[in-house]
Amino acid sequence: MKLNLKIWRQPGPAAAGAMQSYVANDVSEHMSFLEMLDVVNEELQTKGEEPIAFDHDCREGICGTCSLMINGTPHGPKRATTTCQLHMRSFSDGDTITIEPWRAKAFPVLRDLIVDRSPFDRIIASGGFISAPTGSAQDANAILVPKPDSDLAMDAAACIGCGACVAACPNSSAMLFTSAKVAHLGLLPQGQPERDQRVLSMVHQMDLEEFGGCTLFAECEDACPKEISVENIARLNRDLIRATVRDRGQVHVESGAG
Amino acid sequence: MNLDAKVPGGPLADKWDRHLADLRLVSPANKRKFHVIVVGSGLAGASAAASLAELGYQVSCFCFQDSPRRAHSIAAQGGINAAKNYQNDGDSTWRLFYDTIKGGDFRAREANVYRLAQVSANIIDQCVAQGVPFAREYGGMLANRSFGGAQVSRTFYARGQTGQQLLLGAYQALERMIGKGAVKMYSRHEMLELVLVNGRARGIVARDLVTGEMESFAGDAVVLATGGYGNAFFLSTNAKGCNVTAAYRAYKKGAGFANPCFTQIHPTCIPVSGDYQSKLTLMSESLRNDGRVWVPKAHGDSRGPRDVPESERDYYLERKYPSFGNLAPRDIASRAAKEACDDGRGVGPGGRGVYLDFSSSIERLGEQAIRERYGNLFEMYERITGENPYRVPMRIYPAVHYTMGGLWVDYNLMSNLPGLHVVGEANFSDHGANRLGASALMQGLADGYFILPYTIGDYLAGAKLEKVDATHAAFREAEQRASAQLNTFLSINGKRSVDSFHKELGHVMWNECGMARNREGLQRALKKIPEIRAEFWENVKVLGSAETLNQSLEKAGRVADFLEFGELMCQDALQREESCGGHFRTEYQTPDGEAMRNDHDFTHVAIWEYQDGAAPVRHQEPLDFEFVKLATRSYK
Amino acid sequence: MNRLFALWGTTVGKKVAMAATGIVMILFLISHMISNVLIFRNPEHLDSYAALLRSLGPALWVARAGLLACVLIHIAAAWQLTMLARRARPITYAHHEYRVATYASRTMRWGGVLLFVFIVFHILHFTTGTLLPGWQDGRVGDNVKLGFQSVPVAIFYLVAMLFLGLHFSHGIWSAFQTLGLNHPSYNRSRRLLAWGLALAVAGGLATIPAAALLGYFK
Ligand SMILES: Cc1cc2nc3c(=O)[nH]c(=O)nc-3n(C[C@H](O)[C@H](O)[C@H](O)COP(=O)(O)OP(=O)(O)OC[C@H]3O[C@@H](n4cnc5c(N)ncnc54)[C@H](O)[C@@H]3O)c2cc1C
Ligand code: HEM
Ligand code: HEM
Ligand code: SF4
Ligand code: F3S
Ligand code: FES
Repeated sequence: MKLNLKIWRQPGPAAAGAMQSYVANDVSEHMSFLEMLDVVNEELQTKGEEPIAFDHDCREGICGTCSLMINGTPHGPKRATTTCQLHMRSFSDGDTITIEPWRAKAFPVLRDLIVDRSPFDRIIASGGFISAPTGSAQDANAILVPKPDSDLAMDAAACIGCGACVAACPNSSAMLFTSAKVAHLGLLPQGQPERDQRVLSMVHQMDLEEFGGCTLFAECEDACPKEISVENIARLNRDLIRATVRDRGQVHVESGAG
Repeated sequence: MNLDAKVPGGPLADKWDRHLADLRLVSPANKRKFHVIVVGSGLAGASAAASLAELGYQVSCFCFQDSPRRAHSIAAQGGINAAKNYQNDGDSTWRLFYDTIKGGDFRAREANVYRLAQVSANIIDQCVAQGVPFAREYGGMLANRSFGGAQVSRTFYARGQTGQQLLLGAYQALERMIGKGAVKMYSRHEMLELVLVNGRARGIVARDLVTGEMESFAGDAVVLATGGYGNAFFLSTNAKGCNVTAAYRAYKKGAGFANPCFTQIHPTCIPVSGDYQSKLTLMSESLRNDGRVWVPKAHGDSRGPRDVPESERDYYLERKYPSFGNLAPRDIASRAAKEACDDGRGVGPGGRGVYLDFSSSIERLGEQAIRERYGNLFEMYERITGENPYRVPMRIYPAVHYTMGGLWVDYNLMSNLPGLHVVGEANFSDHGANRLGASALMQGLADGYFILPYTIGDYLAGAKLEKVDATHAAFREAEQRASAQLNTFLSINGKRSVDSFHKELGHVMWNECGMARNREGLQRALKKIPEIRAEFWENVKVLGSAETLNQSLEKAGRVADFLEFGELMCQDALQREESCGGHFRTEYQTPDGEAMRNDHDFTHVAIWEYQDGAAPVRHQEPLDFEFVKLATRSYK
Repeated sequence: MNRLFALWGTTVGKKVAMAATGIVMILFLISHMISNVLIFRNPEHLDSYAALLRSLGPALWVARAGLLACVLIHIAAAWQLTMLARRARPITYAHHEYRVATYASRTMRWGGVLLFVFIVFHILHFTTGTLLPGWQDGRVGDNVKLGFQSVPVAIFYLVAMLFLGLHFSHGIWSAFQTLGLNHPSYNRSRRLLAWGLALAVAGGLATIPAAALLGYFK
C-alpha cells in the first residue's frame, strides 16, 4: 500500500522544527510501524536526505524505548500495543498518517521524533526503590506475600517507562508512571518501611520536573501499552494523604541529582 | 598472553569460600578514593554498579540507551534459575552445577560454574528484598516452573517478564545510588575506546550520542557489562542496539576473545516475513509442550496447512527423536527445522518456517485450556503475524538468540588486561558451548551482585596505581582515533546505507556460520566477509555530522566492528573441528546426525589475540574436569 | 499546619484541596436544592426557610465565610493547576485525539469559569438584589418568580445548571480518586453516585427556571 506521512522534523534540541510530508510506497501489511520507517529512511538516504531519527531498541514491546504520537494517539491506534509491535495492517492504502514526538515541557525534543525522558529516571532516583543493599537480604520465603497482592504489584510493575501516559494526558501529567512505581512497591510487605518517604519524595520530584497535575481524564490508561490502571493514581493519592497525616517521611532534598 | 585462570585449589565446594577469605580488602576509607567505570547497565552492569557504590566506591556507569532501565536484559521472558530447592524435588547446588556443565557440553570451567550455582540462591533473596514481584502460590510462597535441560523445578519467574522485573530491581538499586550521588550515570553514551596506561585498563573514551562530543573518563578499573553480540547476524532476537563494539575494541587493545563462534539458536521464533524485517521475536519455548512440529512430506507443497491430510505430514521431531519428540533440546530442534527447510519443505513466505500445530491439543484439552496456558503468547503471535493460531498452525523458525562466547576472564572475572573486568553475557565464563534456559539472568546477577564486588577489591587493593586523569596523552590519542573513524564514515559518501552492509554480513553469517557449519562454508565466508568490509569502507553512505545526534553514524561504528568480528567468529568455528553444544560442524556428526565432540583435542577454551595487520593468534586454556565425568548428550 | 502547606505545595495536594472544598460545596448545594424546590409547594415556605436561616445571625455569617473560603480555595487550586498544565505542554500536537476523556472531564475548566460567573451573578441577583429591579428583602419566593420572568436570565440559569451537572458528575467521580478511593469493586456505585447526585442537584435546581420558562409561576 501507499501512505502519506506527515512527520515532525527538527535537527536539534535548540533548532526550530516543522511537519514535513513524505510518501511511503510499497508498504507491506506485515511490516511493523518501525520497519515502515526503516524503509522510508533507506529511501531518504539514497536521495541524500538525512534519515528520520526515532527511538527504538528491543522492537518487541518491552524496553519502552519506542515512542511516537501516531495520528494523535501515543503508540498508534491499537490498544495495549507499543509502536514497535504495531503492524501496518492497522492502516489502509492511501491513509495519511501524522507522526509527532511526545510533547511535554519535561520531555524536550532532542532530534526529530526523539525526546529526553530522563525526568522519569530522576523520579525513580528520588525514591522509587526499596533500600536493600546487596548482601543484606534474608531468605526469600521468609516473608510470605499473598498472591493477590503480588499479582497487583506485578500489574503495576509492568510499566515500561515509555512516557505514553504523559504524551496522552491533556495536562502532560506523569501521574500514571509515578503511581505505577508507588503502587508496585507499596503493595509489597518489603516496601512498607519506606512507603511514606517514597511517595513524598517521588511526588516532589515529579512536580519539580514540571509535569502537569491529574484531572482524571484517563487518557493515560487508554494509551498505556501495558494497561496500567488509573487505580494506581488513587493509591498514590491515598499514600500521599496518609504520609501527610502520619508525618513520618520527609522529602529528600538532595534527591533528583543526575 | 597471560591466561592464568587463577582457579583456587581445594574441593570444588570450598573453592569460593576459601577464595573469599583470601581476597585482599580495601578499607572503607580508601574505597572512596577508587573510581570504577562500569560500561553497561543491564543485569550485570546495573547490579555491579549499584553494589560497588553501596560498598563506597566512586562509580560511573554508561549505557547507550536513554535510560539504564532499557538495557536488553529487559527482554528476557522465561525465568531465572536458582538452587533453592523450595519444591523439595531434590535440587541442590551440585545438581544445578551439573546441569549447567552438561548443558554447556563440557566446555565451561568447573569452578566458575559451581560458584554460579552456589550464589544463585542469594540472588533470589536479594531480588525479593528489592521488591521483584516473582510469581507466588496462593500460600504466599514463591512459585517455580521447570525449564529445558533440568529434571527439577528451579526456575523463578515474574509472568512472562522476568528479565524486565529483575532489571527494574537492579535499576532501582542503581537509581538509588545515583540519587545519593554515589554513581554518576551517563545515558546515551557509547564507549568507543578502552584506554590503557602502562598496560592497565584506566578508562574509556565515550561519545555523547546527543551532542556528539567525544569524552574521556579516567578511573582505577574498568568493568565491561556490554551484553552479547548476536546482532552480528543482523537478524536475531537481540535488541537493535546490541553490539560487539565495546568488547571488540577491548580485544583490539589486547584482551583475549574466547570462543567467539559459540552462539545459541532458539528454535521457536516468529519467521521472517520479508526483507524489510528488522528483528526476530522469540516465542517462549514452553509452546513445544503442547504444539506439534511438522512440515508437508512433499517438496514445494503449497496447500494451506489445513488442506494437508495427516498422512502427508511429516512430524519430523517425533519421527527422529521418539522419546523426546517435540521437546528435543534447542540446538537439535533448531537444526532439524533448518534441514526440513533446506530440503525445500519449509512453509510460509520464502519457505523459511515450520508449523507448530496446536489442533490436536485443542481437540484433546479444549481451546480454553490452551488459552489459559498460552493466551498471551498466542496474542503476541497474532499481533505480529495477523494470523489466529487457534485456527491456523503457528509458523516458527529458529533465530540467533544468545552468545556464549565473549571476552576471556579469569576466576576473578578479570580479563588478561589488568584492571579490565568483564561481566554478564559479555564474558565467556559459565555456559560453555550452550546455555541452558534461565541461566543467563542468573549469571548476570551473580557476576554483578555477588562476585565482582569482592574480586575487584582484590585487584584495587593489590595494584599499584599511579594517578591518571583524563588529560593523560593516552586519552587524547584514543579520542583522536575514535573521532577519526567517525569522520572517515562521514567522508566516504558512497552509495549504500549502513544497514544494507549489515544485512549482507548477516546473510553470510547465518548461512555459513549459523545453525550448522562446515569447512567449505566457513571458508567461503572468510573470503566473502573481507570483500563486504572492503566495499563498506569505500561505498558506505553516512549523512549528517558527528556533532549531533546521528543514528546512522552510531550504527556505522557498530557495523564496522561486526564486519571484522564476523571473520573472527568464522575463524574460530573453522578451527574448532568438533561439534559441541551450539557449535555444530556437519563434518563431525554421528551417522544419525548427532553432534560429535572431540574431547581429546578440544577440551579447551579457544582464546584469540588480536594482531595489528596480521591474522589473530589462537591460544588455549585447557579445561580440567576434576569433579565431573565427560559424558555424551543423548536425547533419543 | 506545615504539613498542610507541604501538601498544598504538590499538584496532588491541590487536588485534595479541590476535592475537599468541592465536597463542602456539594453538601451546600444539596441542601440548597432541597430548600429551593420548596417553592413548588408554596413560595411562602421559601420565605420562612430564608427567615430561619437569617435568624441564625452570626452563625450564618460564619457559614457564608466558610463557603466563600471554599470557593476561593477551589478556584485558586483550579487556576494554579490549569496554569501548570498549560506550561507543561508548550508545543501542542498537530493532531491529537481524545479517546476516553469524557465531555464532563474536558469541560471542568471552562465550565468552572462559567460557574464562577454564575455564582457572582446569582448572588447579585437573588441575595443582594443588585441586578434584580423590584427585589424585596426577605420575599425570596417572589424574588425568584420575578427574576425568572426574564427569559434570557432563566436560560442562563439553565445553561449554568447543565454545566453544574457536568462539573458535578466528573467532580464527584474524581474527588473519590483524589482522596484515594478507587477500587474495582465499588467503582460502579461510585459512577452511579456521581451521576445520581449530579442529576438530582443540577436537575432539581434546574426545574425552577424551567418551570418559570414553561409559565408555571404565572
Ligand atoms: C528475547 C530474549 C529472551 C531471553 N530470555 C532469557 C530467559 O528467560 N532467561 C535467561 O536466563 N536469559 C534469557 N535471555 C538472555 C539474557 O537476557 C541476557 O543474556 C542477559 O540479560 C544479558 O545481560 P547483560 O547485563 O550481560 O547485558 P545487557 O542487558 O544486554 O546489557 C548491555 C548493556 O551494555 C550497554 N552497552 C553495550 N554496548 C555499549 C557501548 N559500546 N557503550 C556503552 N554502553 C554499551 C547497553 O546500553 C546495556 O546497558 C534472553 C535473551 C533474549 C534476547
Ligand atoms: C436554578 C437554580 C438556583 C436557584 C433558583 C437559586 C436560588 C437562590 C435564592 C433564591 C437565593 C437567595 C436566598 C436568600 O437570600 O436567602 C440563593 C442564594 C444563594 N445561592 Fe442559589 N439558586 C440556584 C442555584 C445556585 C447554584 C448552582 C449555586 C452555586 C454554585 C448557588 C449558590 C448560592 C449562594 C452561594 C447563595 C447565597 C447564600 C447566602 O449566602 O445567603 N445557587 N439562591
Ligand atoms: C461552586 C460550585 C463548584 C463545585 C461544587 C465544584 C466541585 C468540584 C469538584 C468536586 C471537583 C473534583 C475535585 C477532584 O478531582 O478531586 C472539581 C474540580 C474542578 N473544579 Fe469545581 N466546583 C465548583 C465550582 C468551580 C468553579 C467556580 C471553578 C472554576 C473557576 C471550578 C473549577 C474546577 C476545576 C478546574 C476542577 C478540576 C480540577 C483539575 O483540573 O485538577 N469549580 N470541582
Ligand atoms: S504507565 Fe504505561 S504509558 Fe506510562 S510510562 Fe508506564 S507503560 Fe508507558
Ligand atoms: S490522562 Fe492525565 S489527567 Fe490524570 S488520569 Fe491520566 S494523568
Ligand atoms: S522498541 Fe522496545 S518497546 Fe518498542
